Amino acid sequence: MVEELVQDAFVEFDRVQKSYDGETLVVKDLNLRIAKGEFVTMLGPSGSGKTTCLMMLAGFETATSGEIRLDGRPINNIPPHKRGIGMVFQNYALFPHMTVGENLSFPLEVRGMGREARAEKVRAALDMVQMGDFINRRPAQLSGGQQQRIALARALVFEPELVLMDEPLGALDKQLREHMQFEIKHLHERLGITVVYVTHDQAEALTMSDRVAVFNNGVIQQLASPEDLYERPENSFVAQFIGENNKLEGTVEGYEDDLVLVRLADGAITRANPVKCGDPGSATLISIRPERVWLEGETNANTTEAEVLELIYLGDHLRCRLRVHGNEDFIVKVPNSAGHRPLVVGERTRVSWNAQDARALDPL
Amino acid sequence: MTKELPADPHVAVVATAGGVEDGPLTMADGTSLKSAMARAQFRARLRAFLLVLPLLAFVVITFIMPIGELLKRSVYSPNFHDNMPNLVAWFAKHPPGTEPDESAYAALVADLRLLKKTKKAGLVGTRVNYELPGSRSLFTKGARKAKKLEPPYREALLKLDPKWGDPALWQVMRAAASPYTMNFYLAALDLKRDPSGKIVPVEENRRIYKMLFARTLALSLLITFLTLILAYPIAHLLATLPLSKSNLLMILVLLPFWTSLLVRTTSWMVLLQSQGVINDALVALGIIGDDGRIQMMYNKTGTVIAMTHILLPFMVLPLYSVMRTINPSYVRAARNLGATSWTAFRRIYFPQTVPGIGAGALLVFILAVGYYITPALVGGSDGTLISNLIAFHIQKSLNWSLAAALAALLLTGILILYWLYDKLVGIDNLKLG
Repeated sequence: MVEELVQDAFVEFDRVQKSYDGETLVVKDLNLRIAKGEFVTMLGPSGSGKTTCLMMLAGFETATSGEIRLDGRPINNIPPHKRGIGMVFQNYALFPHMTVGENLSFPLEVRGMGREARAEKVRAALDMVQMGDFINRRPAQLSGGQQQRIALARALVFEPELVLMDEPLGALDKQLREHMQFEIKHLHERLGITVVYVTHDQAEALTMSDRVAVFNNGVIQQLASPEDLYERPENSFVAQFIGENNKLEGTVEGYEDDLVLVRLADGAITRANPVKCGDPGSATLISIRPERVWLEGETNANTTEAEVLELIYLGDHLRCRLRVHGNEDFIVKVPNSAGHRPLVVGERTRVSWNAQDARALDPL
Repeated sequence: MTKELPADPHVAVVATAGGVEDGPLTMADGTSLKSAMARAQFRARLRAFLLVLPLLAFVVITFIMPIGELLKRSVYSPNFHDNMPNLVAWFAKHPPGTEPDESAYAALVADLRLLKKTKKAGLVGTRVNYELPGSRSLFTKGARKAKKLEPPYREALLKLDPKWGDPALWQVMRAAASPYTMNFYLAALDLKRDPSGKIVPVEENRRIYKMLFARTLALSLLITFLTLILAYPIAHLLATLPLSKSNLLMILVLLPFWTSLLVRTTSWMVLLQSQGVINDALVALGIIGDDGRIQMMYNKTGTVIAMTHILLPFMVLPLYSVMRTINPSYVRAARNLGATSWTAFRRIYFPQTVPGIGAGALLVFILAVGYYITPALVGGSDGTLISNLIAFHIQKSLNWSLAAALAALLLTGILILYWLYDKLVGIDNLKLG
């Protein structure tokens, strides 16, 4: 487990629970250890508890039970202004009645820093985000991307070791968002700060993070590197939430070597990689990534009949919707490469995948 | 990022569009863009004008014209001028300072006979009475007896009433001969003209208006301040509570609005009077003795308490509407950046509520300055405001010109404060909701 690699955790959630109404838990038994200098993303659908975790870390919400530690110190009872954590808010929260310079100067001022030292730091922070010319502007005079940079500079200007980001790129258009992802990533690498990032955009999480914690129903479903998360999802929720995914429902028939035999809805038996499935007779869900399936070509034990239902031309590849084992939403990505025979809607073909790539998980 | 890049992408677009064309833009048929636009927008403007026309007419007829008429009365008082033609002609012929000779008295008697005929002696007498109290009967009596007077008129009139020889009377009559006068403004500022025409303050015991203006200003400022202190926390609570709870509280805030002003003021009387609920409760609790009942009404205290209560919603509403728009993440951001909650309030939250404070304070202040019913009922003599005197002059003493002068001064004062506010805070910062 990756968690065990984190020996001296810089940020640590220890059996943290949070309830707003005293009846339901928004965060259930959260255990998370983040190493110094790490970029960890909390990813999940809205209402999954990820923002609540961030707010508890920042000090705006109190944990109902459990302990949050920063650099070994419990911080449950430390007010937000004494935690020394930088934060970038979803709507940037730049003070509208102050100029950019005053906004950046504010955290230094409340720390009692002298005028000249402040001016120097503000200038350096603005240069860091290439916004040096905007020092006298008001936030309302800036575009979304520029406000984003200022918010970033403000969160960094007092040199916190930990920076929290709450869906900071949510309001930007796609192109700018992708550009800012790289800028934030580079800043993280250059400054060596620890970043806890919250988003519901899986592409963003995979691009930027060292590790991603996938949240659902107040529980971390999986905490892993982007690659592990995509290639080796540990349960059905993660498999469904991250990337595209073909589902085949069935029941466990038995085990053979290190594979599991699954009887599918149409009665056929297929072989899969037993990741999280139970004893013979229990239900399971087989998850196969579309790019791990091929049409025609070499055959193996999992090769089966398929009918082409729909073709979508996407330039570099064709999205091909098939009926496989009775599932009408089986997607295969066919590369648009030379020598590939054109497919026709309605034609019958065959599909194959390696048993190792078919991951038998818990039923949804 | 390069320096040339404009912050607003639209600026770049406009700049390039302007760079393509030299000189004014023209349409395909050669007319200029401006006149084409004006033509195209004429119908829309006409429509807009017709839509506001009924309201405009209503406001002009019921608001602007009466106010204009009233303001005119403060400087225009033609009763003497219109009804005393002979004396007015004599004043016109002889410069100020001329002793009234026999011809003057002859003109006066001729006018008095005229007054008897036109039955306007009361009006003229009232006009002179404004500036020289006790002269009204002089004119009514004079007009009644004018028929019997024989020349020489000077002696005859002085025999009738020696007051006719008073230089002050002639001074006032000369002033009243002109239909236009500033004397009402002078009176409204506790000033008058002495016999030589110099402007001097009136006698100590008759100074009242300046003191009332000052009291009105002071009490209005005090009430504005009190409503602000009381309204700020409740508005903040309303703005931060979840909508369902804040709606309930808002109804409680608005409840006084749905009660008649008279009822509210009277309930304050029930509560505050010396035999009232509060005093009775204090006596019953033994906090004060029966002979030590606190005088909370028929003085300034009563006016301040009742008006603060009545005007409170006018402060809560603008504050609430401004606070509602302040995203809680600003304060969170400030706290996160290292500010204590007090610093976050002072540096981040409070400055953003200033437009609401300005709007509420201006609203409450202007309402307080013109408030009438409440001070009349609970103010006593110590807690009346300038508007009560204006009402007195309109309803009781019927000196409308003085009332108009007082109202005009009050209006001027408010406009000056409004101008100051615009200079200090900026009127475009005002947010009423």
